[in-house]
Amino acid sequence: MNDFAVNFFNLQILSRVWPSLLQGLMLTALLSVVIVPVGLAIGLSLALLNTLRICALRWAIVIYVDLFRAFPPLVLLIYVYYGLPFFGIDTDAFWSVVLALVLNTSAYFAEVFRAGIEGIPHGQIEAARATGLGSFQAMRYIVLPQAIRNMIPDLLSNVLESVKLTSLASAVTLPELLRAARLAQGNTVNATPLIAASVIYLAFLWPLVRLTTRLQRRTLAGQK
Amino acid sequence: MSADTAGQKSAFQERVQHRAPIILEVRGLHKLFGALSVLRGVDLVVREGEMVFLIGPSGSGKSTLLRCCNRLEEPTSGAVLIEGRDILGPKVDINQVRQRIGMVFQSFNLYPHMTARQNVTLALCKVARKSKVEADVIARRMLDHVGLSERIDYYPSALSGGQQQRVAIARTLALEPRIVLFDEPTSALDPELVNGVLGVMRMLRNEGMTMVVVSHEMRFAREAADRIVFMADGEILERGTPSEIFGAPRHPRLCDFLSSLGTV
Amino acid sequence: MQTFSSNFLNWDIVQNYLPDLLAGMWVTIKLSAIILSCGLIVGTGLALVRMARLKLLNAIIIVFVDVFRALPPLMLLVVAYFGMPYLGLRLTGFPIACIVLAGVLAAFTEELLWAGLSTVSVGQYEAARSTGLTFFQMMGYVVLPQAFRLIQAPLASRIIATTKNTALASVVAVPELLSQANTAQGYSGNATPLTAAALGYLIILLPMVVVARRLERAGATR
Repeated sequence: MNDFAVNFFNLQILSRVWPSLLQGLMLTALLSVVIVPVGLAIGLSLALLNTLRICALRWAIVIYVDLFRAFPPLVLLIYVYYGLPFFGIDTDAFWSVVLALVLNTSAYFAEVFRAGIEGIPHGQIEAARATGLGSFQAMRYIVLPQAIRNMIPDLLSNVLESVKLTSLASAVTLPELLRAARLAQGNTVNATPLIAASVIYLAFLWPLVRLTTRLQRRTLAGQK
Repeated sequence: MSADTAGQKSAFQERVQHRAPIILEVRGLHKLFGALSVLRGVDLVVREGEMVFLIGPSGSGKSTLLRCCNRLEEPTSGAVLIEGRDILGPKVDINQVRQRIGMVFQSFNLYPHMTARQNVTLALCKVARKSKVEADVIARRMLDHVGLSERIDYYPSALSGGQQQRVAIARTLALEPRIVLFDEPTSALDPELVNGVLGVMRMLRNEGMTMVVVSHEMRFAREAADRIVFMADGEILERGTPSEIFGAPRHPRLCDFLSSLGTV
Repeated sequence: MQTFSSNFLNWDIVQNYLPDLLAGMWVTIKLSAIILSCGLIVGTGLALVRMARLKLLNAIIIVFVDVFRALPPLMLLVVAYFGMPYLGLRLTGFPIACIVLAGVLAAFTEELLWAGLSTVSVGQYEAARSTGLTFFQMMGYVVLPQAFRLIQAPLASRIIATTKNTALASVVAVPELLSQANTAQGYSGNATPLTAAALGYLIILLPMVVVARRLERAGATR
């Protein structure tokens, strides 16, 4: 038992690696804070463009969404990371990660927004138009507010997934939380950094998981 | 065993009351939900061929009593005997017992992913262990009996409330129960569909099925019930024939209850 | 444009590495099959166990499910793979990837199914039991079919995510498709193997995504 504690819960090692873990956490947070809003914005734009009912545009959006929902994010990440230099674009690993993950999450968010917008009964739009509101105004004041309230559980669970995706950046040596932990584990030959990183992830993500569980159950009951 | 009040009885009722075997007997039934006492020592005897109506204000424990009879609720104390055998013991195979007790629910509870026919054959095959062919024949006969032979392959969503309830009745009849319990069978139905279901219940009674019914259909009670039992606050306060209960009620709570219903 | 095709779409290079890539794809398929079947079965089992409402067991299940849903799968893989040796266990990447990723799917499945089971109306349980069906008959014929129908869209999405996650196994030395492509890319200095791998994954996953989209539509229109 003592062996276990020394290898997995070693406080001395923890105090040594703590700074690098914290830096990793900062980078994870930075990635999340960049990726999530951009993904949301692109997703929402795609969903709004979809409502224009222009056939070719709709097809393009469907292809985009299905492609990036089917493309494993790690494969996409490595593809972008190794592929960009061939295009002559020489950039930070950070931005490769951002690009790849934004492509992925925007597709998921686009789906959530699409389903949410289409879930609002057409009668709402008709009523709005009948009082003279333009289609953009109807969307902004009538459809979106209601749709977003319905979509919050799905949006939340996708945000959770996006934050978890940032851990993939470790595969392209970006020193976010997981990579920092891996390096520390290799250097100290001790598993404590890994446990510490897990605890840090849990501290932030567990509450989010509990929240999405509660919200998802309510949605399910409403769908019956 | 409590004595039922004597009164004017037809020869039929005499025979039923004194010659027919006891199908259901409830002795000293208590049911507590936490600190709330929902049944306080209920005794009831139902003989073969009787239709017993349970009436009373909401919260009186009528449904709970019914549900204790097939152990959907577990009584806190007391005994429930079906054909003389205690069904509350730990060694009782409740699944086999439940074939002999039919239950019809207020919200029908048909399986939405199965057709009417499949709703009826499921228990026939899995509990009564009939072959598929046999089960099919029985299902067809039962659904025909309740007047739904044309909708045998319809899904519940394509059936009206009244039709769904009749399928539910066919579903319990298929297992050849000795007694059928009805928990507010028409309360969830649109008024114009109620008569269809009552018609089936009337038909069952005339065929000699033993039935215990919790319902607010007072007109039906008056016309079809052999005995009426009035419950309030978890106790049986008065029992009698329809003419006694409606014509000469004695317990004050019963008088209040009947007057609150207006003219029956 | 010349550079692009010679770097990303170089048929010669693909031909060289095709056997390795196909072997990798086969490993990916095997991984997916094992993980999907184990994960779904274990997840369903956990939800059924939860119906027994034993407080201690429930607490353990809830903790397991929450942890496996909150932690990034890659983190779990890394902890398992690099932490195992300290426990004296020596498993290769393949079984570790199977156990960890199946565990993640089981956690999501349990949570979804539990929500589904709670949504199926109590009357269904009661009607089934009152016709004499045993607990397992009730679950198998009446309740589970309805519960799965309720959750089919999010469950399909989860199944797709799990299949995509097999690519993570490349990080723990499993010779699946991405891993083979990475190696080939390293040796050849050419990105075409990655293109081939991407195509391989899309061949497996795009049909699943199309089906999932259809399920979502079916669920929405009611």
